[in-house]
Amino acid sequence: MSHATLEPATRQNPPARRRRRPVPETRSAAEARGSSRWVVLGVLVALSLYAVGPLWWLLVAATKNQRELYTTNGLWFAQLDLWANLSSLFTYQDGIFTRWLWNTVLYSGLGSLGLTLVALAAGYGIAKYRYRGRGLTMGLIIASFLIPGSLMIVPSFVLFVQLGLYDTIWAMILPGMFGSFSVYLAKVYAEGAVPTELMEAARIDGAGEYRIFFSMGLRLLTTAGATIFLLHFVASWNAFMWPLVFLKGVEKWPVMLGLYSWLQRGTDSTVDLTSLVLTGSLVSTIPMVVLMISMQRYWRSGVTLGSLK
Amino acid sequence: MSVRAQRSRPLFGWRTMQSLKGASFTLPFLAGFALFVIVPVLMGVRESVYTTQSSGLGFGGQTVEFAGLRNFAKGLADGAFWTGMFRVLLYAIVVVPLTQALGLGLALVLDAARRRTAARFRIALLLPYMVPGIVAAMIWIYQYSPTVGPITGFFALFGLDVNFFTSSMVWVSMGNLAVWSALGFTMLILYGALQSVPHEIFEAARIDGASELRIAWSIKVPFVRGSLVLTSLLSIIGTLQLFDQPVLFRAVTPETITRDFTPAMMIYDQAFQVGNLNYATALSVILAVVVGIASAIIYRFMNKEES
Repeated sequence: MSHATLEPATRQNPPARRRRRPVPETRSAAEARGSSRWVVLGVLVALSLYAVGPLWWLLVAATKNQRELYTTNGLWFAQLDLWANLSSLFTYQDGIFTRWLWNTVLYSGLGSLGLTLVALAAGYGIAKYRYRGRGLTMGLIIASFLIPGSLMIVPSFVLFVQLGLYDTIWAMILPGMFGSFSVYLAKVYAEGAVPTELMEAARIDGAGEYRIFFSMGLRLLTTAGATIFLLHFVASWNAFMWPLVFLKGVEKWPVMLGLYSWLQRGTDSTVDLTSLVLTGSLVSTIPMVVLMISMQRYWRSGVTLGSLK
Repeated sequence: MSVRAQRSRPLFGWRTMQSLKGASFTLPFLAGFALFVIVPVLMGVRESVYTTQSSGLGFGGQTVEFAGLRNFAKGLADGAFWTGMFRVLLYAIVVVPLTQALGLGLALVLDAARRRTAARFRIALLLPYMVPGIVAAMIWIYQYSPTVGPITGFFALFGLDVNFFTSSMVWVSMGNLAVWSALGFTMLILYGALQSVPHEIFEAARIDGASELRIAWSIKVPFVRGSLVLTSLLSIIGTLQLFDQPVLFRAVTPETITRDFTPAMMIYDQAFQVGNLNYATALSVILAVVVGIASAIIYRFMNKEES
């Protein structure tokens, strides 16, 4: 029944479908034929099960109550207690989980917004102007790719204590705003996306350099901006070591650190926090999966560019 | 109007003015970069050549004295640190090539599937990449758990009693987690590289009678070698700094995963549990140097093979 109603609906608007996912039905030159097609399909199914299986388990586990979690088959639903789990997740310790989620959104959002503006401006400047010191700036950017993150953490701690930024939200937002990889991405995009002729035309019309950037350059760099924003948003949503070092106060923690503290406490006290950790993991993962799937176009181009640098 | 006025009595030529304004776009970045990257690096180097001692049982002030390279000498002779270093090196040498090989195989298989089929499977295979690293580690910790997870029960069906948290098995457990998280991403990069191989070459090889496996090995793999070098390099650098996953495993099995299990964990422990920031920065510098040497060696080695 549901098939019968779905099929015509999808057939009625093929152009919209095609625009979303342009998959030509031409045979790939390397496409397997005959029996090896089944081998190919078998491998793909097996590895997809490996990839999706644990996530399926998480989804199922988040719907179970404390007792069923330990007694029933992990890969299939028992009694659906998702609502009860969600409400205990959001009410535990006066709703500290809501606070953690909000912190994560705040840190990731503000940090990514700042980074995007800073990186787009810098990348645009490097790509579109010739000046003394340009080579040096690029050299610094490339060299900083080689600095391992673990080198930075202890010295940054010393600096942040001196600046009074330790255990403040700024310790989460500010340092991420000056990522050199994002500047590199912005520079590569700006070289392709902002035509010099267009800038010349704007100059002849009397627009100043800053005006050209804010009213024209930024608009042409929307794709680059979205990519940079998304990549950093995801990275800072997932951050763990940095908040572990820089945030002392429980009420300032992002969600990953909070879940970790529950996992740790769940094993060394009499309170069993397992089902809170599971439901919390699911709740904090869904936004990332939705974001990454809906914005595939952006992060894929950024990731591929990163791999070719 | 104003533009013309500027031009009529220029302080600088308009061209200089323009390039100065252009350079000013990079100012916010450079200022932040100086404060949050260059200053910490310099402070780290300075911090590492001093020692801090609290005098008289913690009462009174602390005395800071110049130590020269003593912290580094201590670090170079620190057994626990180097044990951790060899641990992650060995782990990286096994896990990274394994991930790359599986990712490459998967990319080749995906390339051999029909385009539409490939597009459908790609999303499923990429899902683990979208899961936050901490959540991925937690999911697998629960999978391995004998009380909650299904895997121990599965092995028990065959009469096998597997404990994933013993000191020998914990490597397999963490390796599996690493492969699970990175497989889709590696596949994506390599699949992308495979798509850019010109198809005429395959036709030519086929006419010459080459089998599909032969084409994959002799044409496709050499074509994606550049991407392979880069993804291996990035994951080895990442693995040497391993921190998040072992810390999470430590939460459930503190007797197996000690506090100095990996170099990064030891640095964290020295800096924030022991409170010896000077020594911790010296260890950070040593780790950075090792990471740098490792990257240089891999880069050299894999590029030489190519030429």
